[in-house]
Amino acid sequence: MKILVVDDEKDVQVLFEQRFRKEIRSGEMNFVFAFSGEEALIYLNQHEHEAVLILSDINMPGMSGLELLGHIKQKYHKPPPVVMMITAYGDAENYNTAKELGADDFLTKPVDFVLLKEKLKPIS
Amino acid sequence: MILQPILALIVLRSLRKSLKTANLLAKWDRIFMIGTAVFIGLIVVNLFARNNSFVSWAAHALILVLMYSIFTEKDFLVAKPVAYAVLPLIIINLIEDVTKLINIDFYNHWKNYVETGALFAVVWMGAMLIINNKQRKALEKERLKAEEKEKEYRISETMKAALEVQVKERTSELTQQKEELQQTLDELKTTQTQLIQSEKMASLGELTAGIAHEIQNPLNFVNNFSEVNAELIDELHHEIEKGNWDEVKALAKDIKDNEQKINHHGKRADAIVKGMLQHSRSSTGQKEPTNINALADEYLRLAYHGLRAKDKSFNASMKTDFDESIGDINIIPQDMGRVILNLITNAFYAVTEKKKQSAQGLSTFEKLTTPYEPTVTVSTKKINGKIEISVADNGNGIPQKVLDKIFQPFFTTKPTGEGTGLGLSMSYDIVTKGHGGELKVNTKDGQGAAFIIILPV
Repeated sequence: MKILVVDDEKDVQVLFEQRFRKEIRSGEMNFVFAFSGEEALIYLNQHEHEAVLILSDINMPGMSGLELLGHIKQKYHKPPPVVMMITAYGDAENYNTAKELGADDFLTKPVDFVLLKEKLKPIS
Repeated sequence: MILQPILALIVLRSLRKSLKTANLLAKWDRIFMIGTAVFIGLIVVNLFARNNSFVSWAAHALILVLMYSIFTEKDFLVAKPVAYAVLPLIIINLIEDVTKLINIDFYNHWKNYVETGALFAVVWMGAMLIINNKQRKALEKERLKAEEKEKEYRISETMKAALEVQVKERTSELTQQKEELQQTLDELKTTQTQLIQSEKMASLGELTAGIAHEIQNPLNFVNNFSEVNAELIDELHHEIEKGNWDEVKALAKDIKDNEQKINHHGKRADAIVKGMLQHSRSSTGQKEPTNINALADEYLRLAYHGLRAKDKSFNASMKTDFDESIGDINIIPQDMGRVILNLITNAFYAVTEKKKQSAQGLSTFEKLTTPYEPTVTVSTKKINGKIEISVADNGNGIPQKVLDKIFQPFFTTKPTGEGTGLGLSMSYDIVTKGHGGELKVNTKDGQGAAFIIILPV
């Protein structure tokens, strides 16, 4: 399963790679990283249908995670990929906007990796 | 002879008048009454008595007493001119009567001369009396004039007194007003200090959410990486037991890398807290070598996340263009930080307003994907030995009609309660008075505004 992680914090990559080292090693999961909404869109354009799951931060400079979500759900892919939003602010407004735009799930930072792994299981 | 008493009456009357004008009459009035009565009495007696020689001599004696008193009594000196007027006639009369009594022949012999003398004396008296009268009238006029003047003087004195009272009243009113104004001024100064403090606190408030976010992020990493390391150490034990040394080496390296990450993010949080403390602390007013690029970058991120935390829909691109050749410059970091923060906050506010306008009536998705891309650019440059720090936005720009007012205290275009109106005025003071620099603004209607801080090195 290919997972695209979008976050402006670069260390997220290291974190994910270590947290999912077993899954990566076993080939169960394949992670790609984008550090902005724009970058994520470029990747998606170039690698259509590749990413099954997108994990995106909401709060990023430039294109926000919600904009990215809008783009993905409106324009891309049949079937569209599963998009999970991750935000530091677990407030109702963000949650509602994300849901309205078609987000499949909603996680708050700091990411609980145990919970995340559980959520990923049924998808893969 | 009734001449003597008549002359005496004339003198008395004149004397009385003179005394009256000199305000001395009260003292002598009774004596005058008696004198007048006596002389009138003498005239009456003279008219009816057969032998009037006694009356005549009495009249002579009395008139001499009167004359004597005029020349000796101080109060009567005023009547001297009248006395001089009548004196020759009196003396001639007396001589006439005396010679008549002593030697009537002698008298008869010289009678013509005596009568001529008497005539001259009468003329003398008339002339003198007329002159005297004239003089008296002139004096009287003079006196009236003086009195008039005195009256005027008194009126003006009264007015002066009244004016003085008024002046005193006004002065006390003015003093009171002055004191009231002074008090108001003191109150205003206190209010100003409080406002500056609250402006500081307001900008701190704008920062708090950003700071919380900025601290939360590194803390998340600290927690996440330390959890990862715990896992990795478990794995490490596992691999050691298996004797899988290559894997052990790789794990050890990862653990070490993660440790560095933990350290890095810990320091990041630390720096943010320090920056926050520095912002809330009152300025030391001391210039110290400061990396202006780092300062600008820090406040840019804090302001961004602060607004972001307050308004979830807020988003904007941040662009930076720092001239790394600047190095450290001498500034008061807290103060200059506040200026930069203020300019950045304003810029974000401007782009948010424009975004709101352009997004009106659009759907959620359209709102998120409007072609307008709010952008705030912070750049530094070193030009001709001067440092330029520019904060530019692509908002609506500043309308010409408010451009003159933006640096005035309390001027704000934000809705009531949202802006103190002190941000730019304080920024202006900090840049110009505090650092000897300039704060300029370039704006184009509908295209944005750029605030430029120019600092001497």
